[in-house]
Amino acid sequence: MTTAAVAAAAPARQLSREDWVMRIGISLLCLFLIVTIAMPLALLLIKSFQRDGEFVGLANYVTYFSTPTLVASVWNSLFIAITATVITVPLAFAYAYALTRTCLPFKGVFMAIAMLPIFAPSLLPAISFIYIFGNQGFLKELLLGASVYGPIGILMAMVFYCFPFAVLILVTALSMADGRLYEAAAALGTSNWRVFWTVTVPGVKYGLVSACFLVFTLAITDFGIAKVIGGQFNVLATDAYKQVVGQQDFEMGAVVGFVLLVPAVLAFIVDRMIQKKQVALLSARAVPLEPKPSRGRDISYFVYCCVIGGLIVAIIGVAVWASFVTYWPYNLSLSLRNYNFSEFDQSGWDTYFNSLKMAALAAALGTTIVFVGAYLVEKGQGFVFGRSLAHMLAMLPMAVPGLVLGLAYVFFFNAPWNPLNVLYGTLLVLAVNTIAHFYTAAHITAVTALKQIDNEFESVSASLKVPFWRTFRRVTVPICMPAILNIAVYMFVNAMTTVSAVIFLYGPYTKLASVSIVHMDEAGFTAGAAGMATLIVLTAIGVKLLHFALDWLVFGKLQAWRKR
Amino acid sequence: MLKTLERSTSDLAGDTRSRPVHLSIRNLTKRYGTFTALKSVSLDVYAGELICFLGPSGCGKTTLLRAVAGLDMQDEGRIEMGGKDVSHLPPSARDFGIVFQSYALFPNLTVAANVGYGLVNRRMPRAKIRERVDELLALVGLPDQGSKYPGQLSGGQQQRVALARALATSPSLLLLDEPLSALDARVRVRLRDEIKSLQRRLGVTTILVTHDQEEALAMADRIVVMNHGVIEQVGTPEEVYSRPATPFVADFIGTMNFIEAEIAGPEHVRIGNLAFRCANVGGRPSGTRVKLGLRPEEIRVRGVESETENKLTVRVAMLDYLGAFCRATLEIDNAPELSLAADFSANAVRDLKITEGQPLTIVLPPECLRVFPRGEVV
Repeated sequence: MTTAAVAAAAPARQLSREDWVMRIGISLLCLFLIVTIAMPLALLLIKSFQRDGEFVGLANYVTYFSTPTLVASVWNSLFIAITATVITVPLAFAYAYALTRTCLPFKGVFMAIAMLPIFAPSLLPAISFIYIFGNQGFLKELLLGASVYGPIGILMAMVFYCFPFAVLILVTALSMADGRLYEAAAALGTSNWRVFWTVTVPGVKYGLVSACFLVFTLAITDFGIAKVIGGQFNVLATDAYKQVVGQQDFEMGAVVGFVLLVPAVLAFIVDRMIQKKQVALLSARAVPLEPKPSRGRDISYFVYCCVIGGLIVAIIGVAVWASFVTYWPYNLSLSLRNYNFSEFDQSGWDTYFNSLKMAALAAALGTTIVFVGAYLVEKGQGFVFGRSLAHMLAMLPMAVPGLVLGLAYVFFFNAPWNPLNVLYGTLLVLAVNTIAHFYTAAHITAVTALKQIDNEFESVSASLKVPFWRTFRRVTVPICMPAILNIAVYMFVNAMTTVSAVIFLYGPYTKLASVSIVHMDEAGFTAGAAGMATLIVLTAIGVKLLHFALDWLVFGKLQAWRKR
Repeated sequence: MLKTLERSTSDLAGDTRSRPVHLSIRNLTKRYGTFTALKSVSLDVYAGELICFLGPSGCGKTTLLRAVAGLDMQDEGRIEMGGKDVSHLPPSARDFGIVFQSYALFPNLTVAANVGYGLVNRRMPRAKIRERVDELLALVGLPDQGSKYPGQLSGGQQQRVALARALATSPSLLLLDEPLSALDARVRVRLRDEIKSLQRRLGVTTILVTHDQEEALAMADRIVVMNHGVIEQVGTPEEVYSRPATPFVADFIGTMNFIEAEIAGPEHVRIGNLAFRCANVGGRPSGTRVKLGLRPEEIRVRGVESETENKLTVRVAMLDYLGAFCRATLEIDNAPELSLAADFSANAVRDLKITEGQPLTIVLPPECLRVFPRGEVV
């Protein structure tokens, strides 16, 4: 090579074996995300423009928007989502405020109670409200003749289901307060009311916006609640289910899926844009805010939290209790009759064990892919294109409702031309779908944990001629163990409780517990459905308790270095 | 045991520039978007010397260090280490040890495991590794600390562990990226002496990046003063302090009074309407507008007699007590725009009864008046 050629060539570093391993890893990650997220969604889009395999342009959309019953669902869904947001966010704000800004006793207990709904499938509150306010409900009279089967029931169950997510975001936002601002306000003799509007609310406005968008998205995309308690009140999610499972009209199902995708994606984009404006409110010099006791305030918030917490426990309690009642409402003696699932669903207990296996698979596989992937994206050198692409693909599932992803999988993994169609109906495809569905939150958890690790670790190992995978195994993984456990539990719990995506994907031998709840409820076996829901809640909570035990072990025994 | 680590110190005496070149940097350029972090930088680092990259933040010193390590690739230029072209090699194929400002110690590994981290990969027998780790820990003054975790050590101790880890594989080049700036002042001074004597003993070629001029003056065999991606001056501490090549160097290292003047003859300059003798005119023609540089401690007040040249009568406008000496702000009555900083020892202040508002006769020693071209912005 001549010197001129050397000078003209773009200066590139010679790639070491490590660079190759890293690049291949990132490429595999991109491939995984493309196959499990991008391609199915693309196929869904294509399907919505087809009829019997022929391209028909917007014909399906024209049909959709000229069918009054289908268009009504759009408005119904928006009504439910907006109303649920308006009710849930203030309730959650007051609860989160009590947990962070007052001297409430038993804060840990109240926080734990608020999180309980996360461990239940969204079907559970719907079942509970049927027992409470349904045709044979014990508090039916309280509705003054109105029917719980419809918007009232959907909204009540929706608020229960969305509440913990709003509380989580708002607690985080409210705990990031600079005590100095409050001291300054007090020194200037500002009234409490004015402090609230000029210091507290501006400080949490991004959290509030985030909570609103999250509740809106959860409510508009949820399938289980409307399915169980919606009665004749149709929403987008149930429409998609009816088109595909009821009428076998896959193309129209794809259209409904895309209509459902629009508000979810819009909410996601607007939220991202607003969050970008947020600058770090807490400088390193901020002083944490320590709430001071105030008898009147503390007592009123305690009462409030007891009422809300009590309701959450009661709603779960009703489903659990009902599942043990021999024959509602005629024979209230307790028995295990309703746990003889094979009487209500021919798959019986198998569905529960399928769920366990699928959840374990999703947790093991998902945690590995997410964490290794996040490591390569975050700590990789060069290959900016691959790393950005992987990161972008990882953020995508956040905006995709489970039902839409499930539909997309039907088209993709069922297609005759797809060599992967052998996987259709297997536990593996259910697990992969669950991983893809919940990828974003897990990815963010992993990236956040990795960002806290010194970026120079990789440089140091390179200087010591130690390959990065050795440092990954010996240093990064042990340091990130708490985050890794978090991701695994998150995947497991969601795999146990999710219904929207997997309802299209199970095979004859791989029906899941959550799907079985829907089927038992459809067939009128509400007690059996309550039993299965109870089983899922208990399993999910059990795994969470196991997580606490493991955390304690990891922090306390195996990782002595964490102690100072 | 230390003998295995120490190289012969006899060949380290004297000027480091007489030694063979260990690291050679040629026309190195690095851009970040439209910002040019390094502009065609060339430099030779000699075997066994401790060289400091000194400059304000954003001057390119860390970029240059990271390019040497291969952590950030240069856009243009060539780097040779020990005569071998390493310009395009990944960091793992270059021979260096590095210590970062953040220490970057692995928190979940013991001190001994940290120090031995690079040795485990080399198929060294376990006993050999332990021996070597003990030797290194003794070398940095931390014997018997091997079983602790980094979190249980103080900042200074952690920095020593990082140093031991970087030295473990006996690299021919040691890179220190602001290794002391996270430490408090007392520990910093002690550790900088220790690093210097350790470096002398091991004879390992060392590059130290720092923004602290005092650290550079105290530790370096040679200092590379950088600004805006270019090297302003390379020289021994004494050279860069007493003979700064540019006003930037003069101002960045120590304090310098700058006085606008005009050449008035082969050995004379004119400040306003006053003439002074200056030993550094260096053939500049009369009438050239220049800037004179004079350090505050070079202004003389003692032993001024009637025949002493370059006398000037000033008024003490302000006197700041700084412990061992006083910093005086001097003004000239008929040239109010001219204001000089001067350092007087506590003795001189007492003996000469220097107080604020008092007139004072000072001397600007002709050999101390440095001449810089006018117009350079500092």
